[in-house]
Amino acid sequence: MQPGLSFEQAPPISVPFRFFLTAPLFGMAAGLLLLWQGPAALASRWTSTALALTHLVAVGFMLQSMCGALLQMVPVAVGANIWQPRRVTLFTHAGLTLGTILLVAGFIFESAPMFRLAAPFMAVSLGAFALIVQIALFRTPAQGPTIVALRMAMFGLIVTLALGVTLASGFGWEVALPLVDLTHIHAAWGLVGWSLLLVVGVAYLVVPMFQLTPPYPRLLARSFPVAIFLLLSAWSLTWLPLQRPEAAQIALVCAGAVLVAGFAIVTLRLQAQRRRKIVEPTLLFWRAAMIALIAAAALAVAQQMDPDVDDYAGTPFLLGVLLTVGVFVPAISGMLYKIVPFLNWLHLQKQAKPGPAVPNMKQMIPESRMKMQFRLHLAALVLLLAAVAVPLLIYPAALALIASCAWLEWNLVVATRMFARVNRELAQRETEAI
Amino acid sequence: MSVTSSLQEHHKHCDNDFATAEEAAQNGEWTACAASFGKFHAELLAHFGVEEEVLFPAFEQQTGMAGGPTQVMRGEHAQMRELLRQMDEALAQKNADGFGGAAETLLVMMQQHNMKEENILYPMCDQALGMDGGIKSRIEAGLRA
Repeated sequence: MQPGLSFEQAPPISVPFRFFLTAPLFGMAAGLLLLWQGPAALASRWTSTALALTHLVAVGFMLQSMCGALLQMVPVAVGANIWQPRRVTLFTHAGLTLGTILLVAGFIFESAPMFRLAAPFMAVSLGAFALIVQIALFRTPAQGPTIVALRMAMFGLIVTLALGVTLASGFGWEVALPLVDLTHIHAAWGLVGWSLLLVVGVAYLVVPMFQLTPPYPRLLARSFPVAIFLLLSAWSLTWLPLQRPEAAQIALVCAGAVLVAGFAIVTLRLQAQRRRKIVEPTLLFWRAAMIALIAAAALAVAQQMDPDVDDYAGTPFLLGVLLTVGVFVPAISGMLYKIVPFLNWLHLQKQAKPGPAVPNMKQMIPESRMKMQFRLHLAALVLLLAAVAVPLLIYPAALALIASCAWLEWNLVVATRMFARVNRELAQRETEAI
Repeated sequence: MSVTSSLQEHHKHCDNDFATAEEAAQNGEWTACAASFGKFHAELLAHFGVEEEVLFPAFEQQTGMAGGPTQVMRGEHAQMRELLRQMDEALAQKNADGFGGAAETLLVMMQQHNMKEENILYPMCDQALGMDGGIKSRIEAGLRA
């Protein structure tokens, strides 16, 4: 096969967009569930509400949009061709969306039959997606730190999925499993092995690209994903029922947290050295994400070192909120605000013959609206964190989260509608010309 | 130093003038914007010109691949020329939003274009053209002009 073929591999626009337009709806659902449950949602990380909330954000919002972004990005950015992109999209999107609803319903209603349905749904749709993308990533001739990080992230997704399906089967068929231990490992692979490594791989590409910063230092870019992956694997082994070397566990978590904070600090430093001086929405979202990542790493270290922090019932909630609402949702939102307007423009541009200009990116989604949504999201994050100390704040926090996700959805819908309108006009002009 | 290394260097060089022009437009400093944009505009067109007139034909001749990647790159150059025209128009009208919107679009377009060239096309060219000193010096002369 000629390597040049991957030059025009951009998939049809409906491939990523269906994921992007679905994701914020799950974020809104998380806000609604929070509003309904109130302070009870904060009681413990093991309540069915807490688990439903986690999965609404981590699977419904994060995984949904990450799958869409990967299907778009893998062919274009790393030249890896996905097998049957249209079918994979249809299958993954439907399977993942239904699987998420079933899984969350399983948690909310503590319903074994729901888990029995959710487990195979997620296993098949997401498993097929992960394998197909992973094969594409291993077959591309492209090299460099991004591709290494993406391959590890995909492996992380496969581990997360395998453990998640095991846990869901445990609930569904009431099999006796070491649920708590497995949940710790499942969560760590989902948040660090998959989500963080994916963000890292993407950051290597987009931080220099969008902000015109210097590139990541070569040594860091190459070794960081590998180091995190090895630490996470070693940490997972310490949970084997045979032994429980607590000192090793503490050391591994602290080493990982220090590395993660180091990545965030390097990213912030690169952004500070950017040649593109203007302050635009994606920069704001990513800067906030990196600051939240440092805070999460510090809290993880404190949890290991200080028994008071470890015993404090709010610690898991704070850590979860920092990582999901603080790091990943903003990083994804910042990316969506580049990807969606650009793809709109690119696809319309291809159809436009010389004539009136296609709307530019900022006409697709005005910058002021993206910045407004950024402020709303920041408010949601701060209120959620504060609700640990003042439980009643959970109500305004939930409202802010709903508003932020609704605003994000609306911004994406406006851009999509503009695409559809201009697309129609261009087609009309074409027929008139004939 | 390969045939395409000066082109690769030149990508970064273009970024600087772009960033200065964009910032000046946002601050309403139109004289400064005109100066940086003028430089950026000229640099970018020179870059496209060298690729389209020197590098791509040499590559196509050597490999026989005329309808492939070089054709896609030419198409993207045309799209970027159109965005340059929109920026030029916005500059003439002192329209900060118009300039910023076209600039944002051009930046993303340009970056993904550069990425494809640097990761795929330039290595292919280097492989096909080897150490062709004639092509190399013509590219360098074109970028200096």
